[in-house]
Amino acid sequence: MTPPYDQSGDGLSNAEIEQLTDTWREPPGLVGWLSAVDHKTIGLRFIVTAFTFFVLAGLLAAAMRVQLARPDNDVLGPDLYNQVFTIHGTTMMFLFAVPVVLGIGIYFVPLMVGARAIAFPRLLAFSYWMYLASGLFLYTMFGLNVGPDRGWFSYVPLAGPEYGVGKRADVWAQLVTFTETSGLGVAVCLVVTIFKLRAPGMSLNRMPLFVWAELVTAFMVIFSMPSVFLASGTLIMDRLVGTHFYNHAEGGDPLLWQHLFWFFAHPEVYIIFLPGNGLVSTIVSTFSGRPAFGYTALVLSLVSTGFIGFGVWVHHMFTTGLPQFGVSFFTAASLMIVVPTGLQVFCWVATLWSGHVRFATPMLYALGFFQVFVLGGLTGVMLASVPLDAQLHDTFFVVAHFHYVLIGGSLFPLLGGLVYWFPKVTGRMLDERLGRVVFWLFVVGFNVTFFPQHLLGLMGMPRRVYTYPAEMRWGTLNLLSSLGAAIMFVALSLYLWNIVRALRHGTPAPGNPWQASTLEWATTSPPPPYNFAPLPTVSNREPLWSASWPDQPIITGLATDRREVLVTRLMDADPDHRREFPAPSPWPFITAVAATGLYVGSIFTPWAVLWGAIPTTLGVLGWVWPRHGQRPSDLARALGGAGTEQRRS
Amino acid sequence: MMPVDYQSALHPAGPQAASIAQLWWFMLAVCVVVYGLVMATLVAAVFRAHAVRQAQAERSLTRTVTTATALTTVALFGILVASVRTGRAVGPPDGPVDPLGVEVTGYQWWWDVEYQSPSPPNTVRTANELHVPVGRPVRILLAATDVIHSLWIPNLHGKMDLIPGRRTELWLQADTPGVYRGQCAEFCGLQHAHMALTVVVESPAAFEQWYAAQKQPARPSSTTQTQHGEQLVTRGPCALCHSVRGTDAGGRPGPDLTHLQSRRTLAAGTLPNARQPLEIWITDPQHVKPGVKMPPVGLSTEERAAVVAYLETLR
Amino acid sequence: MTTARWLPVWLLLVASVACERETRRYRELPASASRPGAIAISELEPGGRTPRTPVLSPYQENAYGIAEGKRLYSAYNCNGCHAQGGGGIGPALMDEKWLYGSEPDQIYSSIAQGRPNGMPAFGSRVPAQQLWQLVAYVQALSVQVPRDAAPSRSDDLNGHAAEAQLDIKVPRMTGHR
Repeated sequence: MTPPYDQSGDGLSNAEIEQLTDTWREPPGLVGWLSAVDHKTIGLRFIVTAFTFFVLAGLLAAAMRVQLARPDNDVLGPDLYNQVFTIHGTTMMFLFAVPVVLGIGIYFVPLMVGARAIAFPRLLAFSYWMYLASGLFLYTMFGLNVGPDRGWFSYVPLAGPEYGVGKRADVWAQLVTFTETSGLGVAVCLVVTIFKLRAPGMSLNRMPLFVWAELVTAFMVIFSMPSVFLASGTLIMDRLVGTHFYNHAEGGDPLLWQHLFWFFAHPEVYIIFLPGNGLVSTIVSTFSGRPAFGYTALVLSLVSTGFIGFGVWVHHMFTTGLPQFGVSFFTAASLMIVVPTGLQVFCWVATLWSGHVRFATPMLYALGFFQVFVLGGLTGVMLASVPLDAQLHDTFFVVAHFHYVLIGGSLFPLLGGLVYWFPKVTGRMLDERLGRVVFWLFVVGFNVTFFPQHLLGLMGMPRRVYTYPAEMRWGTLNLLSSLGAAIMFVALSLYLWNIVRALRHGTPAPGNPWQASTLEWATTSPPPPYNFAPLPTVSNREPLWSASWPDQPIITGLATDRREVLVTRLMDADPDHRREFPAPSPWPFITAVAATGLYVGSIFTPWAVLWGAIPTTLGVLGWVWPRHGQRPSDLARALGGAGTEQRRS
Repeated sequence: MMPVDYQSALHPAGPQAASIAQLWWFMLAVCVVVYGLVMATLVAAVFRAHAVRQAQAERSLTRTVTTATALTTVALFGILVASVRTGRAVGPPDGPVDPLGVEVTGYQWWWDVEYQSPSPPNTVRTANELHVPVGRPVRILLAATDVIHSLWIPNLHGKMDLIPGRRTELWLQADTPGVYRGQCAEFCGLQHAHMALTVVVESPAAFEQWYAAQKQPARPSSTTQTQHGEQLVTRGPCALCHSVRGTDAGGRPGPDLTHLQSRRTLAAGTLPNARQPLEIWITDPQHVKPGVKMPPVGLSTEERAAVVAYLETLR
Repeated sequence: MTTARWLPVWLLLVASVACERETRRYRELPASASRPGAIAISELEPGGRTPRTPVLSPYQENAYGIAEGKRLYSAYNCNGCHAQGGGGIGPALMDEKWLYGSEPDQIYSSIAQGRPNGMPAFGSRVPAQQLWQLVAYVQALSVQVPRDAAPSRSDDLNGHAAEAQLDIKVPRMTGHR
């Protein structure tokens, strides 16, 4: 058990703490709100905005389940239904799942690696504003009857210039461009933070597993997003300026779209899954009271999943008539990727086996993860087979499969992770009893919703249908599924209510309520603007569990009157140099507004790219213009070496 | 109430679907066993009495995890082999066969079905219904005119996409007579939900009888009312899109109507083929399938009765 | 938290605004489809032209209607005589020369009634809704529709640039040329 973190002692005087607070805090007022660069502020914004979109997409899902609850129903006509399922999928994939897992990374990775800040804070702020703009853009367009209606995957020629009538498909394409820009920015921040800002002593093989997960995720974002950028860019070009990328009559190919899209979209689902994976490691370890079993195996599994994930995309195209020999490779790769994931499951079970399990709410969600995700993974094995996929592709079996793996693999750990980290972020505890009730409602509701859909798919019900005939007798299973959705709706509403209530009346949280081992628990709840007063160092994987934690050296000597951060080396996190990080700035916001204008305008005219580039460039210039503290003389001082070390107690 | 079995992958009526169903049951068995083992171990792990960690226990756990992973890899390899073998079994046949050749073209939101023949008078064009003789391989050539569709007849085989600019093919064979239902399985726009295909599997004799009847042109109308109806159909809006062989109506954008009454459904499986649904369909197709390419043409009551009477002669 | 609070308000505001370009009308004609009285084919009037307020065709700003018009243009074989708009046996539809007027009503009656020297009368074959959609497409060919409602390139061999990218500006026939 670690003693509560004492801010006043350990090498920093009260006056220095005060100055540190003053240096790192967010400026007040509207301009301050627009200028925020603190990773905790922005991370929280990502998470809250993502959950807002989750609620909106959930309401769309509820509308779909109401429509499908009975055969030949007329609650939603075909046009509206097509928009609803498209926007449900697009929101969940682009506006909820990826931003939320990156958001928890933004908030917790710098804390877990013992850093003061995230790398490139203004890029991070810009990424948030682009993300917010993209969501506002999509829903505004939906309200104006210009909501995309061609599916979240937007196949051509249906979404192409001839059959994608109006501007709906352009809205989809630009939404994707927006979210790519945002995602790439965040990924860069995460990678550089993890590589260069770790606490001294935190060599790569001492990093928490959650940090490893976010690292692999960030790399996957960097390598996959350009493909969808290319896809959405060429789609806009085909639609706006008449290129022929996807026009078979003039030398293009509709199948090119599928390759470009799925080359991105399959890694995308691993981008969504891996941080959940990291959360499971964290929760299972904490609530078993022992380090995760098989650290090296778990890390190698994460990395190999990241690599193999780029080699399976054709399993979304098994029915397009591609040559048998080629697609068999993708069967093999899709089966191969089960091995690292299976290994991880075995390691977690081994952790539980040899630990002392505490059944707090986060642990319940981790157990729910096992029940749901493993089932989804097994149906994935079925879908990896080409002949079986030929029957199951584009049916409700696939809908069931991906909801099991995405909700099981990402949402369950996320909901558990939020309960786990809620005390750290807010300083209050969620209601434990209500938390358990919510968990059971949710896991039962989820299974009742999606398990019947496996059977519906086997018995002939295709996807993306706004209704079905009564004589197919799919009504009973559909009604059951819709009832399950109602239970999920209740569960999630109670979950949100638990949060709202705890924010006002929750019991104050102790420093480390779960007796966890990672560095974010070594500071106050919520963390101060500067994260850690003297910066910590580590000498093993579970710093707060080690007996030598009270004697662990700390870093002193960093300036308190400016935003100075310690930069360390990649492999073993040896201190390298000090660097001054930028102060809050409104320029990322201004640039994001200009870029939004460029992206939205380019739906209507290609000239927007030219005219929009001017304010965007001005924004970027304002952003990077050197200020006091960034001139050569300052840099020379920064290269003067790392801070001195002192004993902790 | 359980779903019907005439659009079901679990009720195979031919060798391809049977191979796939066999693979399904095999994989289900493996997955159920694996799931059961994992869940049982999980429950045991979670409810175990608290154990003190020891180096020996760590080593034993390492061995267990390694073994489990190795067994997983072996099982996956076995699944790979089963999958590839099934894939070969359901693909195009190896030896020489004499398949029935059919061309299916996908339109938004109906199926154009044309039976190939080296001699043009023997070609048969119909819509939304496929007849095949029992026990004979069928080679379906697939093409799309507008967007991507996917032909799926689960009782007979997996699905194959119809992609504009590409030719794909589906080899299947039906061994159990009956009437099955297929449906479009690639999102193709507003009425993707209402793009079904009836598949009639019948004895070779019955098939030949049907085929011979389909080759005939439409019979001339005999009564005043049906003659009036024929006038309206062949010299009115209908003929711009529909064809009736033996008359002047030669429109290609829509389905062929020459033997409309030989089909079991209307509007690609959306309505049963009977008088009242037919009336509703031609009066206001947009009410039945909003967004469908067929417009309401504004017939008076008397005109509608004449048209329906004529269409009912198209057996 | 601010986002969560303001988003529903924002959504309610924008949902109240309709967008003509994106409306999809499958069954009924827009109200603007009903037209009064006789349509003049000739520009010549005694004592000079009466000024007229230009009236839009029902689908002139509706992307779905114009796209349907484009589909019908090839389905009903207009390109048999008019090619892809450049003309052949029949006159070009993409140029500035209008033998029988470029007003929507005039185009409608040209298609419905037929015209001398070979234009068939489609009025008995094509329902009114589709006639108006064809009118809108002819207007698109002559750049009389908003750019964002005009169709883009077709997924086929292209005979000309997409209608949304055509350059000719055809003056409305509201006065002397």
